[in-house]
Amino acid sequence: MGQTLAQKVYEQHVVRRTAGEPDLLYIDLHLVHEVTSPQAFDGLRAAGRVVRRPDLTMATEDHNVPTLDILSPIADPVSRAQVDALRRNAAEFGIRLAPMGDRDQGIVHVIGPQLGLTQPGMTIVCGDSHTSTHGAFGALAFGIGTSEVEHVLATQTLPQYPAKQMAVTVDGELPPGVSAKDVILAVIAEIGTGGGQGHVIEYRGSAIEALSMEARMTICNMSIEAGARAGLIAPDQTTFDFLAGRPHAPQGADWDAAVAHWSTLRTDDDAVFDREVHIDAASLTPYVTWGTNPGQGLPIGARVPDPAQIADESERQAAESALAYMGLTAGTPLSEIEVDTVFLGSCTNGRIEDLRVAAALLQGRHVDASTRMLVVPGSVAVKQQAEAEGLDRVFTDAGAEWRGAGCSMCLGMNPDQLKPGERSASTSNRNFQGRQGKGGRTHLVSPAVAAATALTGKLTAPADLADAPTLAGV
Amino acid sequence: MDAFTTHTGTAAPLRRSNVDTDQIIPAEYLKRITRTGFEDGLFVAWRKNEPDFVLNQPQHAGASILVAGPDFGTGSSREHANWALLDGGFRVVISPRFADIFRNNSTKAGLLTVVLPEADVEALWAAVEADPALPVTVDLQAEQVSYGSTSVSFSIDPYTRWRLLEGLDDVGLTERHLDDVTAFEAQRPAWLPRSLPALPA
Repeated sequence: MGQTLAQKVYEQHVVRRTAGEPDLLYIDLHLVHEVTSPQAFDGLRAAGRVVRRPDLTMATEDHNVPTLDILSPIADPVSRAQVDALRRNAAEFGIRLAPMGDRDQGIVHVIGPQLGLTQPGMTIVCGDSHTSTHGAFGALAFGIGTSEVEHVLATQTLPQYPAKQMAVTVDGELPPGVSAKDVILAVIAEIGTGGGQGHVIEYRGSAIEALSMEARMTICNMSIEAGARAGLIAPDQTTFDFLAGRPHAPQGADWDAAVAHWSTLRTDDDAVFDREVHIDAASLTPYVTWGTNPGQGLPIGARVPDPAQIADESERQAAESALAYMGLTAGTPLSEIEVDTVFLGSCTNGRIEDLRVAAALLQGRHVDASTRMLVVPGSVAVKQQAEAEGLDRVFTDAGAEWRGAGCSMCLGMNPDQLKPGERSASTSNRNFQGRQGKGGRTHLVSPAVAAATALTGKLTAPADLADAPTLAGV
Repeated sequence: MDAFTTHTGTAAPLRRSNVDTDQIIPAEYLKRITRTGFEDGLFVAWRKNEPDFVLNQPQHAGASILVAGPDFGTGSSREHANWALLDGGFRVVISPRFADIFRNNSTKAGLLTVVLPEADVEALWAAVEADPALPVTVDLQAEQVSYGSTSVSFSIDPYTRWRLLEGLDDVGLTERHLDDVTAFEAQRPAWLPRSLPALPA
């Protein structure tokens, strides 16, 4: 029987296999940020251990960083202490750090690909659940807890069991204005937040193959929201073109050797998946979430669901409490929900292509008078690229706020937070209660829906804007 | 990590599904750089905003076993969620389905996660709601949850069970195999990326 792509990458990294024990899996790249690492470094110190492979480790500051006054010391003393701890640890253990103000700083899942550190066929971990983002390159990439961060720092390995295999096949052509974000929200609505549990998801099919690397990253990023351990896409010419010339990409003869290897990283025709899901791209429309978990999503043309119509007891209770928290009434058209804030950014949708899509809609228009729009690039490099293209001017001319790079309002560990009762349309990944600020209410949307919503002040599909510019499926 | 063999305590019925790690402990508590002392953040929004939240009910205040609906621990990989549950006095969480990272983190932190079918979870909810002082025993050696006259078996992979019973630290176990790691490293392709040295602009 053949192997899936994920099985191939996994098997190529097994250091040791013994009956009755987990496999020992080698880790090619360990990304580190300030939130989930301090206790791991303390553990190393307490045991007198060193970092085995600092050259396979890369750290940055992203969760706590302010997006205003980014060159000043962090005002919040607790956030500052956490960032300072990372700086001390990186210096003591010899790890490369991209601190605030550095040209390489940014959200950890944006900078890995941008630097070319993320490559096909690698194993990549980080103390962050959205590490699945890197699967867009055909890498096996997954989030870990702090104890495992310590384990990887000390040994460059992790004890692992092989995962179950799921295929999500998206065939056909995405309609104009429908994006990767809508695809993954539709997938999660279909299989549920626990649907991927124990599985690695491979996304395949003609609609996936047609996507850019940025769009592929958006899809793989939210694999964790479907409960999957990881998500990945087979590398192809789009992948190689993205990587060519990146700072850490192989060059010359090494490039040829790498491409030869990467080209073998495909699921065998006779491989068998434990579960398969098929989605028709042409049937998709922009998706938005109405509830408090990412599986509670619907096409934007739908209405807030009526919990009484939900047969499953626990799902019905979840819907009831979600509507109460969200302050929504069953039957309300989703497109009539008014928002206070629009957040464009995060490791899901904070890359250059996301900013371009939103800017194309905002060009020459103005954000609704009662709506605030925050635009937070995913990295310093994304910010610089956007400014070189003049996108920052498009945003500020439209009345949006143009900020420094970081995780920002995705989880509000910095000052960018919703106030109690405030409602956002957010291009981030989680609509959990209080995620964007205590009492805040989040609707997950694509960058195009975010921009259209900013213009009207209520959840809006780009196609419903008056004089809507034509958007390709992205 | 403390060893886990058997635990007897009272149980709190958390009749909710999709309890994400942002609810178990919100991000603002993650700014701390210590490994203990997270009990003040445990379910803090629900404790503050919902007077009838199960952990606000005096009859469940001393519970050490949390019995939750499906998809417990979804979302963020924060191990702080596991630490907060331990700091809050819990040794066991029972649910029909756990998020993978949460469950894995539990095995590292010494918090036992027990998967039981929904019907068994419903029965346990009903039993502890009827008698909040009912002692519930979770025996890892025997792989059994028992209360009153009821006994339910659960399964856990034998290696994880052994590690929890012995209270073993994974890093120490892996260090016995560093020769294998060194041998693996010797055959990695030279073109694989390295973060060091940083490349010039």
